Amino acid sequence: MTAVGGVAGSVPATPQAESIGKPPLPKRVAGFFRRNEEHAWRWSARVAVVLPLAALVFAVTVLALKAWPAIRVNGWYFLYGRTWTEGSGYGAVVHTDGVAHPMGAQYGAWAILWGTVVSSVIAIVIALPLSIGAAFALTERLPGWISRPLGLAVEILAGIPSVVIGLWGILTFGPWLAKNVFPIIADHVPNVPVLRYFRNPVGGGEGLLSAGIVLALMIVPIITSTTRDLFLQVPPLPKEGASALGMTDWEVASKVTLPWVRSGIIGATVLGLGRALGETIAIVMIGGAVLRIPVNIYQPFTTVAATILTQLDGAFTDGTGFAVATLAELALVLAIISVGVNLVARLIITRTSRIGAPVGGA
Amino acid sequence: MTSVLAAGPSTGRRRMSTIIWRVLTYVALVLIMAPAAWLLISVLAHAAPHWRWSVLWTTLTPTGGGLRDQILGTLILMLGVFIIAGTIGVLAGIHLAELARPRKRSGKASGGPLRTASDILAGFPSIVLGYVGYTALVVGLHWGFSLLPALIILSIMVIPYIAKTTENSLRQVPTGYREGAEALGMSMGYGLRKVVLKSALPGIVTGLLLALAIACGETAPLIYTAGFAPTLPHSLTGQGAQFPYLTYVVYQYYNAPETQYHYLAFDAALILVVIVLLLLIASRMIVTRTQRHAEGARTRTRTPRRPRRPEPTGEPLDLVDLRR
Repeated sequence: MTAVGGVAGSVPATPQAESIGKPPLPKRVAGFFRRNEEHAWRWSARVAVVLPLAALVFAVTVLALKAWPAIRVNGWYFLYGRTWTEGSGYGAVVHTDGVAHPMGAQYGAWAILWGTVVSSVIAIVIALPLSIGAAFALTERLPGWISRPLGLAVEILAGIPSVVIGLWGILTFGPWLAKNVFPIIADHVPNVPVLRYFRNPVGGGEGLLSAGIVLALMIVPIITSTTRDLFLQVPPLPKEGASALGMTDWEVASKVTLPWVRSGIIGATVLGLGRALGETIAIVMIGGAVLRIPVNIYQPFTTVAATILTQLDGAFTDGTGFAVATLAELALVLAIISVGVNLVARLIITRTSRIGAPVGGA
Repeated sequence: MTSVLAAGPSTGRRRMSTIIWRVLTYVALVLIMAPAAWLLISVLAHAAPHWRWSVLWTTLTPTGGGLRDQILGTLILMLGVFIIAGTIGVLAGIHLAELARPRKRSGKASGGPLRTASDILAGFPSIVLGYVGYTALVVGLHWGFSLLPALIILSIMVIPYIAKTTENSLRQVPTGYREGAEALGMSMGYGLRKVVLKSALPGIVTGLLLALAIACGETAPLIYTAGFAPTLPHSLTGQGAQFPYLTYVVYQYYNAPETQYHYLAFDAALILVVIVLLLLIASRMIVTRTQRHAEGARTRTRTPRRPRRPEPTGEPLDLVDLRR
C-alpha cells in the first residue's frame, strides 16, 4: 500500500471487480439470504436479549418454590433467630404445617446475615477512600507513562480468580496481618463500647477483619476503574476555573471534581457492595465459615454465600430435605438483597446520567 | 456574601491540606498496588520451588500426579462458555444497541426492562446461580454433576457481561458508518454484518476475553454443578460424569494433609493466574492495536512513524471524516 494511485497501472483491482467476483452462490439462494438476513438478525437477537430476563425469573421461581416449605416453617424467626440446628438426625420426623422436618430443627440466620452485612461494610469502608485516592493519583497527578501500566495492574487485580486471592489471603496475607498489624490495633484500642470489639485476642488471621480487608481488595478494582473514568469525564474548564480562583489541589478536588461525579461514585460503590455480598469462595477460605457472631473482629464468622456452599454436604444428611429447603431460603434472601442493591445502584446511576448531561455536550 | 470576605482557613493550613491530600492519594495507590504485586509474587513463590513440567501432562492420582485433565477441563469450560455465552451475549448486545426501538433521547438515560434484567443478572451472586443450577438441572433434570449444567450456569453468569461490552462497543461505532451503509443501498442486515459489526469487533472480542477470564476463575457455582473428578468424564451428563477443573484443586487441596496435594494447589493457582494474564494481555493488545489503527483516534495521530496516511485521492468521501 505504498503510494496509492502513484502509478496508474499498478492499481490492481477496482472495488467493483472484487465484489463481482465474489458470489459463487446461485442467484436464488443469494437472494434468499439477502431477503432474510435482516429477519435472521432481528429474531435471533430478540430471543437472545430475552434470555437474561428469563434466566432471572427462572432462578427466582426455582428458589421460591424450593424454599417455600422452609419459609412456612421457619417464619420470621429465620431473620432474627440465633439458633441454627438441623435437629436430631435419628429422632422422630415432625410435621409443622404439613412440612416434614427432623425434631428440634431450628433455623435462625441472624449470625449469617450479620456476618454478610458487616463484612461487606468493612470492605466498603476500606475500599472507597483507597479507590478515590488512587483514581485521583492516576488521573490528576501521575503522567501517562506511569498511570497507564498502573491502570492495567488494577485490571489484572480485577481478573485474578477469587479462589487464588483466597489462597493468598489464608496462607500469606492473613497470618501476616495477624502477626504485624492486628496486634498494633488490638493493643492500643481503649475499652469503650464500639472499639472494644477491636481488642485482643487477634487470632491467627482467619476471621472477620482479614476477610473484610481481602474483600476490599477484590472490590477496589471495580470502584477505582469506574471512578477513574468518571474523573476523566469531568470537563477541564470548571477545574481550571477553580484553580484560577486560587483554589488548592485539595479544594479543587473536594469542591469541584468530587461533587461533579458524586452520584457516579455512589453507584459504583453500591455495585462493589453487591460483589462483596455475593463473594463466596474467598470468604469460606479466609473467614473460616464458622456459624456464630464472632466475639471480636478478628474471629471467624460466616456469610450467606459461604453458608450455602459449606452446609450443602451436611444438608444432604437430612432425610426430610428440610435442610436443603432452608439453604434455598438463604439463597433467596441473598438474591433479594443483591437485586435490591442493584436496583438502588441503577436508580443512583440514572440520576447521575441526568445530572452529568453537560459532560461531553457539544 | 459576607462569607467571601470572612477569614477562611489560613494559608498555612490550606497548604498543609493540599500536601496531605497529595500524599494520601499516593498512599492509597500504594496500598492497592502493593497487595496486588504481593499476591502475584506470592503465587509464583509458592509454586516455583517445586514446579515440575509434568504437572501439565500427567493425570491426578491418589499419590499426587499432575493436573492434565483439570487444565483441559477448565479449557473446555472456557470454550463452551465462549460458544454459548458468546453467541447469545453478542446477539443480545446487538439487540440492545442496534435493533431495539430507540427510546426518546430526552428523559431517561437508557430504559427497558430487558437491559435492567441483564444488569441485575450481572450482579447476581454466583453461588445463588449455582444453587439454582444444582436444584433445577443437576437434581431436577437428573443430569447429575456434569459438564452441561456447569456450562449453562457459567454462560448465564457471563452473558450480561458480554452483552454490555458488545452494546458499548457498538455504540462507539459512528452513526456515519450506518448512514453510509444505508446510503450505499446495503440492506440492514448486510450493513450490520459488513460495516457496523466489523468496526465494533475489537471491542466485542475484548469483552469476550474478559468474560472468559471471569468464567475460568469461578469456583462456587461449579462445585454445585460440575462436582469434581480426577479425570475427564466420557459423557456430557449423567451419573459418573463429574467434571474436573482447576479452581476446585486450589480450594480443596491447599489444606489437605499430604504435601504433594499442597503443591498441586499452588500449581493450579499459578496456572490459573497465567491463563487470566494471557487473556488480559490479549485483550489489551487488541485495544492498543485498534487504537493505533483507528483513524482520528485520540492517541498518537500522525507521528512520524506513521507516514502512510492515505493521500486524498479520487476516492469518495471518507466516512471517517463524518466522525466528531
